[in-house]
Amino acid sequence: MKKLINAPADVVVEALAGLAAAHPRLAIDLEHRVVHRGDGPVPGKVGLVSGGGSGHEPLHGGFVGPGMLDAACAGEVFTSPVPDQILAATKYADGGAGVLHIVKNYTGDVMNFEMAAELAEGVEIATVVTNDDVAVEDSLYTAGRRGVGVTVLLEKIAGAAAEEGRSLAEVAAVAQRVNDRGRSMGLALTSCTVPAAGKPTFDLPEDQMELGVGIHGEPGRRRVPLASAREAAAMLVEPVLAELNPDQGVLAFVNGLGATPLIEQYLLYGEVAALLDKQGVPVVRSLVGPYITSLDMAGASVTLLALDEELLRLWDAPVNTPGLRWGA
Amino acid sequence: MGSIDAWVREFARLAIADAPRLTELDSAIGDADHGANLSRGLTAVVATLDSSTFDDAAALLKKVGMVLVSTVGGASGPLYGTFFLRAAGAIGDGFPAAFRAGVDGVASRGKSTTGEKTMLDALVPAAEALEAGKDWPAVVEAAEAGRDATIPLVARKGRASYLGERSVGHLDPGAASATLLVAAAAATLGADA
Repeated sequence: MKKLINAPADVVVEALAGLAAAHPRLAIDLEHRVVHRGDGPVPGKVGLVSGGGSGHEPLHGGFVGPGMLDAACAGEVFTSPVPDQILAATKYADGGAGVLHIVKNYTGDVMNFEMAAELAEGVEIATVVTNDDVAVEDSLYTAGRRGVGVTVLLEKIAGAAAEEGRSLAEVAAVAQRVNDRGRSMGLALTSCTVPAAGKPTFDLPEDQMELGVGIHGEPGRRRVPLASAREAAAMLVEPVLAELNPDQGVLAFVNGLGATPLIEQYLLYGEVAALLDKQGVPVVRSLVGPYITSLDMAGASVTLLALDEELLRLWDAPVNTPGLRWGA
Repeated sequence: MGSIDAWVREFARLAIADAPRLTELDSAIGDADHGANLSRGLTAVVATLDSSTFDDAAALLKKVGMVLVSTVGGASGPLYGTFFLRAAGAIGDGFPAAFRAGVDGVASRGKSTTGEKTMLDALVPAAEALEAGKDWPAVVEAAEAGRDATIPLVARKGRASYLGERSVGHLDPGAASATLLVAAAAATLGADA
């Protein structure tokens, strides 16, 4: 497997250094592997902190900036950050109005953020855990549904709520509503390769795809024969839509997992939009691109967010980060 | 306190020596990093023990917990870290009480119980054997029996749980490393437990 790196052990830190070099408005604490707003903390504003294993770029560091996150901490590839890092990120984000921790539902992430919240003295902390992956069906008997695409939308929308000067409880409530009203499912055409491992995480024959794959290569619902984009769109949209009540329309988000090019992502989006139209679900907003990736995995995920008036307004609010930017 | 220091060092020695096997077990049902993560953390623990002095066993155990939380990462960092942090709070009441407090900490941190194919399947029987006043070989036997009983179980926690039935037939790597913690205690604490 060819990779454009210097040494597997240095990938995370060197990528953060590159992010800082490319975006001078961000500040980087390389010791703690934290990306934070160069103009932060913003006094009186609720701080937003997220973090997780690396390998999902632009999530989370690429979403730091006005209108979105105040700080993000990066763990090793596919490994949760430790509480020291989360604490450091929390301090960078704390403008005196409390800090919201945005955590994807993975066992390690949840426990490390929980310990950090216990250790953070003098900062009021609220936590929202994203768990939008409908591929995990028997969530009562597992670690629960995984946090995937909704995390991107939540960081944007909660970020806008925080910019409006709302309280920690209000920002947390908006964030929770995004999680409750959003669902996702993905599929993989190929495995990803973790730099330190140097070989593919799982084997997937040429003529098959993994339906319901996780963003670390976790197994999905089942292996199915390689299908057309039209058939794949139906396999992803149906289980997602089945859990939503999109009476005020949806935000439709087609996400590339890393190696699938934009031409295929837009093609898939066209199929998703056509399906939604056929089902009478109005698409009010859309997002297409690689926003929560799985290293070099080929594949895509579909996230639908059942919008309401407030969520739509917050989605449209200005944002200025390396990964998402409009109106600012 | 010397014996507690020896226990932690022996656990580090056993786990670092066994790291390839722990990682291999983890590659079957997890993400193939348990041995490497634990080695990294326990290497840092030994370095800390070498360079520090402690007022008492509680201070030593607390430091061990903090170092593990900061260096192991993933899920096993908070779990082993919490074990030692909680054990630190109860060591004044003797080793069986400290061990039990640590095990209860793992259960509450992981929101888990026995039968879910985790560390607890080895730790809980060992805690019960200790509290029942059994001798060390019996305590180790209890942990080993619990560890081996994870093979036919369906994983209910952590990344392995996504495999569902496909996790059956594999030994849980957390139960394997937790058994080393018990074996290390038997090898070092002997009579004063």
